[in-house]
Amino acid sequence: MNKKLLVVAISSSLLTSVAYAETKTNEGNWKSSIIMEGLYVDRNEGELSIHGMPSGGHNHGLQDGLQAGHNEVVITGNITDKFGARITTAITEKAEEEGNGIEVELEEAFIESQGLGQGFDIKAGRFYTDLGYLSSKHNHEWDFADQPLVYEAMFGVHPTGDGVQFAYLAPTDTFLKIGTELFFDEKFPSGKVNNSLSAATVYAKIGGDIGTDHSWLAGIGRWQANNIRRDGEMHSHGHDEHHDEEAGETPQFSGDSSINTISAVYKWAPNGNPKQRNFKLYAEYFQRDEDGVVNMLEPDGAIAETSSYNGDQSGWYAQAVYQFHPHWRVGVRHDRLKINNTGSDEEVLEEAGLHSEGHTPKRDSLMLDYSPREYSRLRLQYNRDERTETPDDQVILQYVHSFGSHGAHAF
Amino acid sequence: MKNILSILAGLLLSTVTTLAQADINILACEPEWGALAQEIGGNKVKVHNATTALQDPHHIEARPSLIAKARNADMLICTGAELEIGWLPLLLKKSGNAAIQKGQAGHFMATDYVQLKNKLAKVDRSMGDVHAGGNPHIQTDPRNILQVSDALLQKMMQVDAAQAAHYQQNHQAFKQRWQQAMQTWQQKAQALKNTPIVVHHDSWVYLTQWLGLKQIATLEPKPGIPPSGKHLSTLLQQLKQTPAEMIIYSSYQNPRSANWLAQKAGIPAVEMPATVGGTANSKNLFSLFDDMISRLLAAKR
Repeated sequence: MNKKLLVVAISSSLLTSVAYAETKTNEGNWKSSIIMEGLYVDRNEGELSIHGMPSGGHNHGLQDGLQAGHNEVVITGNITDKFGARITTAITEKAEEEGNGIEVELEEAFIESQGLGQGFDIKAGRFYTDLGYLSSKHNHEWDFADQPLVYEAMFGVHPTGDGVQFAYLAPTDTFLKIGTELFFDEKFPSGKVNNSLSAATVYAKIGGDIGTDHSWLAGIGRWQANNIRRDGEMHSHGHDEHHDEEAGETPQFSGDSSINTISAVYKWAPNGNPKQRNFKLYAEYFQRDEDGVVNMLEPDGAIAETSSYNGDQSGWYAQAVYQFHPHWRVGVRHDRLKINNTGSDEEVLEEAGLHSEGHTPKRDSLMLDYSPREYSRLRLQYNRDERTETPDDQVILQYVHSFGSHGAHAF
Repeated sequence: MKNILSILAGLLLSTVTTLAQADINILACEPEWGALAQEIGGNKVKVHNATTALQDPHHIEARPSLIAKARNADMLICTGAELEIGWLPLLLKKSGNAAIQKGQAGHFMATDYVQLKNKLAKVDRSMGDVHAGGNPHIQTDPRNILQVSDALLQKMMQVDAAQAAHYQQNHQAFKQRWQQAMQTWQQKAQALKNTPIVVHHDSWVYLTQWLGLKQIATLEPKPGIPPSGKHLSTLLQQLKQTPAEMIIYSSYQNPRSANWLAQKAGIPAVEMPATVGGTANSKNLFSLFDDMISRLLAAKR
């Protein structure tokens, strides 16, 4: 615990947000920033996996107690006048189930074009998908300490992948952007593939202003992965009876997976001047279809049991954040998931963690945050988390501080 | 489906009309530069302002509407010197527009052409929201406007060579009227010389210098840090020793602190248009300075 306290103390001199009136930290051609998070979490015991949702097999989840949270090191710079690069590395403490210790994760590392012309943009490397609204935003840009349940369910820890992105901004008065991404890695929610392309997305975003006080953004998108194989990892961290009885078996999914999404964002600021007061309302809906076979494998790889599997999982969240006074914001969020997976052998699905067990996961959250400056934020959040049948009351105290400059945040 | 098709057709049509216009599209970060571009460009330019006088230009968001404007701009005219650092880099990056990127003729930063005050050798967060390159609020001195207009003319002639003569003509006419107006303003403002003032944010240094006002304090304890009760009561004590004649705040700032101190100190609080559109009377660059000076004079009496 002492070690943790120390980490938090060091971090609390560190991380979040914007570069607003921030000045350059380096005179050279690259800039760096460190985003530091300290967390105190009070929650009931209980599992964090969601029955019926394939899991990324890697869950940061909320751990009880005082801890150093998600600490990011961000480096940005120009490669040429037409291309820039950004590298984001996260340093976190591993979950207890994963054996504690420090975990370093390369969240993003990409090159991207800037001002290529004709509205075109290219990004290549490892990056967060632009599929949804929150999907491309890092932890410290979230309006709550944790991500929406549906993101956790659909993408695991981060909606990240290795690939290329092409985007086109139409020459219209109304903001209209279309994009496509091709991914070549095996990360969840995709899996192993025979050819090199593991997943692809297409998306469109449209937005604008209404008068001086209102602005909006709406999007649709589709993610698709064909002929993928996800081993073991889809098995949630659950400790249900079946699991304990047949601990040696691991599930494997082979088939096709796709996700459709829509999102909408509305923002209000009197006279378009958000500094004093502003309001933000947004919601996203995701729906996943999976079609294939689930096998339970023996340790030696032999198929013990098998079932056809038709995954039907959806979820949405809606959240509103109001800055009622300079530096002070309140927020409310509702999360809900719906799972209706079917297959030829329900018992196999249950063992694989793909049976909803008749429960509709949901969560309600309230938060209050105080940002004395653009780059530091103290947040108090309460969740009534009903992702499992046992409700979990969670209280989170989060401190985020950013050093240096990593550019302003997108709308 | 029909609806979607009609929306797409509409978008296509508006694209075609945009392309059909020969006028150049100018995106101005602040209204003063939009107004200046309009003076020089006349009917050959289409100007859109990214902010209004009621918005704090340090703190707006890179909204989708602004990204769309940046996408279609032939020229970008901003203050620079980090005033727009919270949103302009994002607009540039997301615009997909080569013409307005740094280094291009279509990228114009007004502060590149003016000697800035308050340059700092070293900047850190304990100093508040300060800009190492100097104080960027140059538009409150008409001599700066004149200097910027010369540089802007050159860039506009580069971007739209076909209309160079037209721009030159307009600029000449503007310059003449402006120099006359400056004389009138300076005469009118004689009475303001050496008037001690308190300002909300340190954004009036150029006006102060031009008119010979004496800025003795700011309501913000440090630049960009909102006035605190503690700081205000210290100021009140300070004003008892060294009195000021008025307190100045911009239209986009919350007047509460200025009003509180004004009432306690028994001096007027003056709402000043920091740029075109800040008050009902400040409709263009000329009436902006007319209005600023008449407001100061009214408070002086």
